[in-house]
Amino acid sequence: MPAKLILSMDGVVLKEYVLNKERTTIGRKPHNDIVIDNLAISSEHAAIITILNDSFLEDLESTNGLAVNGTATKKHFLQNNDLIEIGKYKLKYLNDQPAQAPSADFEKTMVLSRPVKTSQAGAETSDFTRTQTNVGVGDVTGKFVAGTDGEVAAAAPAAVSQVAAVQILNGPNAGKELELVKSLTTLGKPGVQVAVLAKRPHGFFITHVEGAKFPMVNGASTGEQPHQLNDHDIIELAGVKMEFYFKA
Amino acid sequence: MCGDFALNIELQGWSVKIQDALEMVSQTHPGMVRSHNEDSVAFDLPSGLVVLADGMGGYNAGEVASGIAVSVVATEIKHRLESVKPEEQDAFSGEDEAVVLLRDNVQKANSSIFHAAESQPQYSGMGTTIVAALFYDDRVAVAHVGDSRMYRLRGETFETITRDHSLLQEQIDSGMISKQDARTSKNKNLVTRAVGIDDDVDVEIHIHDLQVGDVYLLCSDGLNDMVEDEDIGSTLQMLRANLPLAATQLIQMANDNGGRDNVSVILVKVNGKFATPSGWVQKLLSWFKN
Repeated sequence: MPAKLILSMDGVVLKEYVLNKERTTIGRKPHNDIVIDNLAISSEHAAIITILNDSFLEDLESTNGLAVNGTATKKHFLQNNDLIEIGKYKLKYLNDQPAQAPSADFEKTMVLSRPVKTSQAGAETSDFTRTQTNVGVGDVTGKFVAGTDGEVAAAAPAAVSQVAAVQILNGPNAGKELELVKSLTTLGKPGVQVAVLAKRPHGFFITHVEGAKFPMVNGASTGEQPHQLNDHDIIELAGVKMEFYFKA
Repeated sequence: MCGDFALNIELQGWSVKIQDALEMVSQTHPGMVRSHNEDSVAFDLPSGLVVLADGMGGYNAGEVASGIAVSVVATEIKHRLESVKPEEQDAFSGEDEAVVLLRDNVQKANSSIFHAAESQPQYSGMGTTIVAALFYDDRVAVAHVGDSRMYRLRGETFETITRDHSLLQEQIDSGMISKQDARTSKNKNLVTRAVGIDDDVDVEIHIHDLQVGDVYLLCSDGLNDMVEDEDIGSTLQMLRANLPLAATQLIQMANDNGGRDNVSVILVKVNGKFATPSGWVQKLLSWFKN
């Protein structure tokens, strides 16, 4: 479903617009796609460039400018539920792309257009306008089943609900506590013996990285394989003893 | 005296084989969502060659395309290296033979895939990305098409050394969208170039100098879409002493974050220099042999 804009003033919805064009203009003059007949609005106030599922808002050097979510802006990459303010008017941007491809047969990667045959340097860095025309939906090679994988940046690591730490039990650093906040924490001396503590969605694991000896957990060698840690396990590494525990 | 000493050093340098200077590992996984693995990977340590491809196309066509690409490039280059030295200049173009080898064979893979797709209706429209690297003479030549990447960890710095042929990268280049915003773009995974979708393909190739200690990562977008570059870099930094573990860890991170795509990695670590001896040493050596 294409993205939409909902025009309102003083909380009253005036009209709804579908962003089905590559360029949608907003302004006071009647030739605009979204006409707002008010003197605070410039004749050509702003434009929204839509490329497949992404939309970009651009100020067309208007007299009174634009704000998105309360911040003045010249150019903005629109996100679902953004609120664009133009004078007293508000435009809400809605883009509720489905979070995942509806069918497993759908392909993730697809080819946008046929490759450029010539290899001149200019072909690579296309300017703004070229990019736009290049991506007109008609240009997409229909050969590949196009599954739009709309999920927003899944790169954020899955949260581990538990917080854990290790406390050193012997040697000069005895008593020191190290909270395991990062997804990976290395322990030991490089070149001598190193192990890594990995934070995963279902718990914490210790794995041998380098050195002739493997880490010990509760007196037993872990070998080369990852070993899941339990509350109050005792880790021994390069002569240093540590206790692993979950924090409340 | 002095000359003898210099010769000894060079001789020691000469004796370093690529197998002793480089370390390579690879891993591939279908991920947590997909049933097929459309990625293909291959490496050949004695040739200094690594190849990774991410196929696309309905049913199993993606697997076929990436499989053809990897096997054509890997076997052909390995075969050609028996008669061609990658560090020598091509008589016709003046480029390193390594560059010519990579370009010729990616193009060969391109026509194999294109013709297979034309003759078999079920493979119609299949294609693949590719990233291939040839290590030789303390250098690496990197060829790529599409959005499979090569990264380099040198000291503390982790960066990409290939630039995606994708819509998003074009938008970043033209200043339309910032790198920060690109993370939330809904237009990921649209490539502007691919192997096997046309009768010709434009292969991008660059040569980089190697330094001892460098770690190179080749990966499919199943890794870099699921794991931030920062986290990939710090993982390699921490686990560079244990390459197989680093590969396992990267794949695990992609899967722990959702694993929405096939994920493949190849890691190459430079443990020593392996420069081919310069002309005068070779002459001297052959003189000694006679």
